[in-house]
Amino acid sequence: MHEVDMTKCLLLSLQEWKQQHQPQVPSVEVVHLQVGDFTCVEPDALVFTWGALVNGTWLAGSELRIERTPLLARCLPCGASYSPSQGQAYRSPCCDHPMEEILSGRELRIRSIEYSLPEQGNSPPAADSVVPRQSRGRDLVAGARS
Amino acid sequence: MHMPLEDTLGLNLLAANQHQAEHNHEHFDAWRLLCLNLMSSPGAGKTSLLERSLAQLSNEFAMAVLEGDMTTQLDAERLEAVGVPVVPITTGRACHLDAAMVSGGLKLLRQRLDPTSLDLLWVENVGNLVCPAEFEVGEHKKVALLSVTEGDDKPLKYPVMFREADCVLITKIDLLPYLPVAVERIEDHIRQVNPRCSVIRVSASSGVGLDSWHAWLRATHAAQCPSPVPATAKPQPSPPTLVNA
Repeated sequence: MHEVDMTKCLLLSLQEWKQQHQPQVPSVEVVHLQVGDFTCVEPDALVFTWGALVNGTWLAGSELRIERTPLLARCLPCGASYSPSQGQAYRSPCCDHPMEEILSGRELRIRSIEYSLPEQGNSPPAADSVVPRQSRGRDLVAGARS
Repeated sequence: MHMPLEDTLGLNLLAANQHQAEHNHEHFDAWRLLCLNLMSSPGAGKTSLLERSLAQLSNEFAMAVLEGDMTTQLDAERLEAVGVPVVPITTGRACHLDAAMVSGGLKLLRQRLDPTSLDLLWVENVGNLVCPAEFEVGEHKKVALLSVTEGDDKPLKYPVMFREADCVLITKIDLLPYLPVAVERIEDHIRQVNPRCSVIRVSASSGVGLDSWHAWLRATHAAQCPSPVPATAKPQPSPPTLVNA
């Protein structure tokens, strides 16, 4: 079951995120993932292995929520979007064109993390290290840290 | 009081692997070699194809193999028989190679030879049509093999592998006369999910199609590692410079 390796890799990716909050250890409540239907990931298996692997770690008690995105492709000749029937046919029904451009379905993304930081007597968390729930949208990948 | 917070990440689920893969990729570029990730289901003929290609190309390219799909020591012996260094990668029971495993293999490789003397590095992945497609190891190109004995529906059933491949080799085509399989259907199914990849029919046992496959390799290598002065660059293609051999 390769979801074990997927989950291990997800935990490493979250570990990288955790480093940004040092020395505090964020208490994670929910990790939101986006998993496309055109990937090698079975969401149920991912949730199952998550439960087993976070046990006893800093992520213990957290929940993994997965939003699935459907496979959507765009037919190049006519521009129409269509949903290929997975496992059977991938050509566009309109022009019988091969699946060239994929609009959605390849996502393997950590969308967001809900968490809290412990109170630290005289050292409040730095203003740029946290984003309140109301002001979502900071893109850590692009390194947009102010 | 604990303030509820939420970070919007948009980060790749496999970001940790991706970072290591990029690191490997930078090494490959610095060493000016072409790295190919060879993937297929078990028994599609990766080792047999490598055996033929290494033998035929060893006068032309300095090569090495990172071997992740080694069931027995015999596989490595078969490949080393043609004078190409083979580094086994310990995968435990993993069903794919990840970038960290390949990085470990590169360390072992560097103990044996100078990687800048190489033109081509082969990574033979674990036999599996599913997850190797999602785990980059830093390769320049992905090559997927599909043998005619596996049936024509595999590209539709395991579409991600064939979608991600830069080149698909349809192997064991010498067996076509004995099978109720139309190779045109296999090709059509590959094209449905990936109209851009090269599709080449080969047989490692009869040698049919190896010329086309090697032509693809030469063109890909030339595009990846352009020689500043074609006639003089890397004048001794083989064997690679052995450090401790």
